[in-house]
Amino acid sequence: MTTTREPQPTMTSAAAVLPPDAAGDGPRGLRQHLPVLYPAAMLLVFFVVPFGIMLAFSFFHRVQGGFYEPAFELDNYARFLTPLFVSALGFSILLCGLAATVCVALALPFTWLLGRSSVRVQTAWLVFILSVLSLSEVIVGFSWSVLLSRSAGVSNLLVALGLAAEPAAWSPSFPALLMGLCYVSLPYAVLVLYPSVVRLPSEITEAARTLGASPVRTFLTVVVPSLRRAVVATLILVFVFTLGSYLLPQLLGQPQHWTLSVLITDQAVYQSNVPFAAAIAVFLMLVSLGLIGITLLLSERGRA
Amino acid sequence: MRGEVLLKRLFMGLVAAFLAAPLVVVAGVSLNEKRRLLFPPEGLSLNWYAALFADEKWVAALRNSGTIAVLAALLSVSIALPLAWFLWRYRVRYARALFALGVAPFILPPVITALGFLVFWTSVGLYGAMGATIVSHGIFFMTLPLVNISLGLESIERETVEAARTLGADERAVFRTVVLPGILPYLVSSFAFVFVLSINEYIVSYMVSGFTVETIPIKIFNSLRYGYTPIMAVVAVLFVAVSFTVFGLMARNGRLLRILGRH
Repeated sequence: MTTTREPQPTMTSAAAVLPPDAAGDGPRGLRQHLPVLYPAAMLLVFFVVPFGIMLAFSFFHRVQGGFYEPAFELDNYARFLTPLFVSALGFSILLCGLAATVCVALALPFTWLLGRSSVRVQTAWLVFILSVLSLSEVIVGFSWSVLLSRSAGVSNLLVALGLAAEPAAWSPSFPALLMGLCYVSLPYAVLVLYPSVVRLPSEITEAARTLGASPVRTFLTVVVPSLRRAVVATLILVFVFTLGSYLLPQLLGQPQHWTLSVLITDQAVYQSNVPFAAAIAVFLMLVSLGLIGITLLLSERGRA
Repeated sequence: MRGEVLLKRLFMGLVAAFLAAPLVVVAGVSLNEKRRLLFPPEGLSLNWYAALFADEKWVAALRNSGTIAVLAALLSVSIALPLAWFLWRYRVRYARALFALGVAPFILPPVITALGFLVFWTSVGLYGAMGATIVSHGIFFMTLPLVNISLGLESIERETVEAARTLGADERAVFRTVVLPGILPYLVSSFAFVFVLSINEYIVSYMVSGFTVETIPIKIFNSLRYGYTPIMAVVAVLFVAVSFTVFGLMARNGRLLRILGRH
């Protein structure tokens, strides 16, 4: 996905960004390599090593009382393959896939309309979106649970307007959780789509309009296909991002809506079973990498 | 044509309302006189704002979060800058791998990275230390500075660099006189992004030092669980106000759109 000449998504769209064009020669000797040693060492020590340790832990044997001893056994993985955890995995994938789809379906037309506004309007919107981005997940969860509550929620407004008979509690529930996840990922989705959308040549849409296509039709048949790569990258980013959400399932969902992230944290922090938590994490990573691979493959094939 | 404009306005308006709804709630809660929130709200007061600064525990959490965010942002930029510069300056085979490594923390589900940090800091015996959270955040968020600074480097014209070299500038002089001024706004925005995200981050701080170093998001979640207080809404309002000011200032000098990827 990195060999495109299409406008590069930037900022948070890390998934789709190329290393910048390197110009000139290769570095010679230790002196010229010096600048890269520090970042390489930091990433190695504080990212690759922790990952390796986690992988090793997932094979460790757990001893009663929160301790564990080095071993190589697959018990932790076997334990994962019980109905409770497998259904949690299925639910997490379903929930986050749905959240990613809804979020991008909202973000794409929005970003497109934004990109066609004046610079002033764009700036105002982006400052607003960046401010929303700085709302902590805890606050988002709390606010929406208030907005969806019986005592102080939106349903009271409907009653006041005579649209509903009595106030209702809409949270915790599946739709509430889904909406919360869409809310936290919408700013990210917009920021990732933005560069590709504003760099889209305006001739493309003008041609379609000249030929008599309606705005909605132009958007669906011309804009969406030419932004395909950015859309796929955003879908993946939002999917993975929501898969990692730990607070929202607890604040807006019921216990049966708890995702694998909640279970991993629960095992690691409250059950002191780090080996099992590590096994779930490795499993989750493999599944998300697999899904990302399939998505990329399908979108490549769709192009040909 | 008119219906089109109307439809566009309606759609944008709905998105704005959706995004603004939680802001309205926290603002309402923070100004509500009573502890409990009811509809319609009763009484208006700034008491909870005073209460925040009178409460030592909240002030301590603010100090923790602020310290972590500033140092993590500095660390993040300090790792990303040499890496981005090196990849921009030299044609190296392992460039892609290094770049991918720098981007990886951001494209994995955060809980996995958090668990990796948990086992790492436990293994080296620094579990629960504030330094551990700072380093973890610095690594976790380094994708943003890396991508952002790379974008800034791309915007520097190669001709200018060539001209400086022809005039006899060595690597260091080129960096100081051409590269650094060119990427300065990107460095500032990278710092701002990491700062804002770090100050609101929950899962990594919680897993690495959640029981010893109470940050603002952890304190808010605890207060939701074990004793609700409107002070949490006050903090949220202040945080949004700070971000709004920071990004608003970046927008004033007209660079925000370019930093976000517009040509």
